[in-house]
Amino acid sequence: MNKKIARKADTWILDGNRAAAQGAKLSRVQVIAAYPITPQSPVTERLSEFVEKRELDAQYIAVESEHSALAVCTSASMVGARTFTATSSHGLAYMHEMLHWAAGARLPVVLACVNRAIGAPWNVLNDQQDSVSQRDTGWIQVYARNNQEILDSIIQAYRIAESIYVPVMVCYDGYVLSHTEMPVDVPSQEAVDRFLPRYKPHTILDPANPKNYNLVTLANPRINAEGVLCHGYMELRYLLQEALQNSRETIVKVGQEFGELFGRSYASMFWEDRLDDADVVIVAMGSLAMEAIVAADMLREGGHKVGVLGLRVFRPFPKAELARALEKSRLVVIFDKNISYGLEGATCSEIKSALYGSPARAVIRDFIVGLGGRDVKAREMADAVKRSLLSVNEGDLNREYAEWICAI
Amino acid sequence: MPNGYVLFEGDYAMKTTAVNITEKEYLLPGNRTCPGCALSLAYRYILKALEGQVIVTVPASCLTVLHGMYPVTSVTVPCVNTPFATTAASATGLVAGLKALGKEGLTVLAVAGDGGTHDIGIQALSAAAERQTDFLYICYDNEGYMNTGNQRSGSTPLGAISGTTPIVGKQQNQKDIAAIMEAHGIPYVATANASYPLDLYEKVRKAKMIRGTRFIHVFVPCSPGWGFPFSETIKIGRLAVETGWVILYEVEDGVFRLTSASESIAEKSNLKPLREYLVEQGRFKNITEEQIGILQRWVNARWKRCLDRAGDSQS
Repeated sequence: MNKKIARKADTWILDGNRAAAQGAKLSRVQVIAAYPITPQSPVTERLSEFVEKRELDAQYIAVESEHSALAVCTSASMVGARTFTATSSHGLAYMHEMLHWAAGARLPVVLACVNRAIGAPWNVLNDQQDSVSQRDTGWIQVYARNNQEILDSIIQAYRIAESIYVPVMVCYDGYVLSHTEMPVDVPSQEAVDRFLPRYKPHTILDPANPKNYNLVTLANPRINAEGVLCHGYMELRYLLQEALQNSRETIVKVGQEFGELFGRSYASMFWEDRLDDADVVIVAMGSLAMEAIVAADMLREGGHKVGVLGLRVFRPFPKAELARALEKSRLVVIFDKNISYGLEGATCSEIKSALYGSPARAVIRDFIVGLGGRDVKAREMADAVKRSLLSVNEGDLNREYAEWICAI
Repeated sequence: MPNGYVLFEGDYAMKTTAVNITEKEYLLPGNRTCPGCALSLAYRYILKALEGQVIVTVPASCLTVLHGMYPVTSVTVPCVNTPFATTAASATGLVAGLKALGKEGLTVLAVAGDGGTHDIGIQALSAAAERQTDFLYICYDNEGYMNTGNQRSGSTPLGAISGTTPIVGKQQNQKDIAAIMEAHGIPYVATANASYPLDLYEKVRKAKMIRGTRFIHVFVPCSPGWGFPFSETIKIGRLAVETGWVILYEVEDGVFRLTSASESIAEKSNLKPLREYLVEQGRFKNITEEQIGILQRWVNARWKRCLDRAGDSQS
């Protein structure tokens, strides 16, 4: 197709939730099941509106819980439909069992997670504790930094999920993105159709060829009725891990193709800002990394060579790529909108593990910020980087736990 | 047309007999259920009635065990296993997926035990019925969590010993799941019993041709769980009906009708005392006279309600 035509898009003013709904609509999802939760609700409202107006030919199931939402998606996926759901916070936690099930059954469901804090106590504002807590469920996790990335990531998510049969969670910050309007290029349906072919399911429930899926499976391989040795539970789990490992290639390839067609490339699992000459790198995920750019501007004004690395894909974790990108840095300052209680922020742990055994020798600092919607100011981030630099210069190289930017 | 099949679409009123029922089997012999399993018998007739034109969804339950272990299964119908709480949501997904793809003519069948229906699955089931999801839900009721070794459920009767009511027995009676489902205003609700397979078969045949949410509550006695010899399964199931513990009926578009043995018991007014059913089972060994009295009154009241409703329907 003529790339100029594909790149010709309408620029709309959309909040993150509308961008997500547009992404799902352009992906021609066939079954949508969702349950309302703040701040995700507008996504479900827009999608049901598309279906009622017949702008989208899909089954919209207004389920009674998030657990059921994902159960509807997994079963609809098993008869061959492209499925979508969206949730936040408690809703995602309630889905936990089904998250495992979707990944275990290798179903290419796509889920939008509007990142929100989790109780107790009640809090409806943004942090990333909800999706980070689900990192070990076997889903690919993508974090958007702005509303354009939300729309683009959902379309790419289907390409990725359906080529390797792994579900994809597209995460974006509640309110910061979900309820904030910004310009978004909305590609034409024709262009998206070229990029995203119809879903070709690997498993279909059909009486003409009856199969029994997700049966009790023993740990060891077992012989079937024809005498063929079939995988045990352990082998099936290995294949899922292998798929996640190899998905890095798919994610980059799909992101590159997307860029060629739409003019916005996603050919990397993270984005970089002024890393070339930086000896200090700020790392953050989602919209927080955009705030980090402002902090880096301030620090550069003060003569510090600071760059920003915005983590886009959290699972699979881009270990080798990150180790290379951070090889020259003296100090890596990580800002986590989540906490793995008893240790540190999850991003910090992952980056430490990525750097272990690599030539990178950076000192690592981790700051827990923005929990429950606490405002994260660029000035605070810049100050944290300066404090870290000072302490490192004084020989304070290792910290057992993360520091918190809060009143205690 | 399947071998031995004589019933026609729309002609389900024709009396099913042991002679004219289809010979084709969808449940293969040699499955993993316990000896004397009533579920195995009931499931065989359910699948026969649906002639294989079905997609089954099953939560964790005895039926999971019956279906076998990967890569070997005992059924010749397509099936998806789904987590415990999700049976009706899974069925919703199957219905939505088939509709989205324009595939018609298949029955989506959800089959769950009483734990999966009365307890952990009731939220998803109630919601699917409220949404008027076009599927058939069959609850096979062995009155407890038998697959995990006999713990009490919302369907375990008053006075019954179970793994979690081990000494004094359960102190509450079961909930009436068929009445709960009827309160959803769905087009078809029926009760059945593995000891009356032709009645079950006819009800599934009828349910198959109705659109919307259809619910059949099937009573399946459990030899190891209830403490009776496995050769006595059919007898226990019959005693349940003869004493009124189980009443065979159907409610089609709100019209109530007694069926099979319950219909003839009503005609002859020869309901047996509940005690005759209870004494046959080890789980009731510690039941008190007071509890037997409570259960008998519960049976009497429900039986009277059914007789009244049957009379109302006829008048």
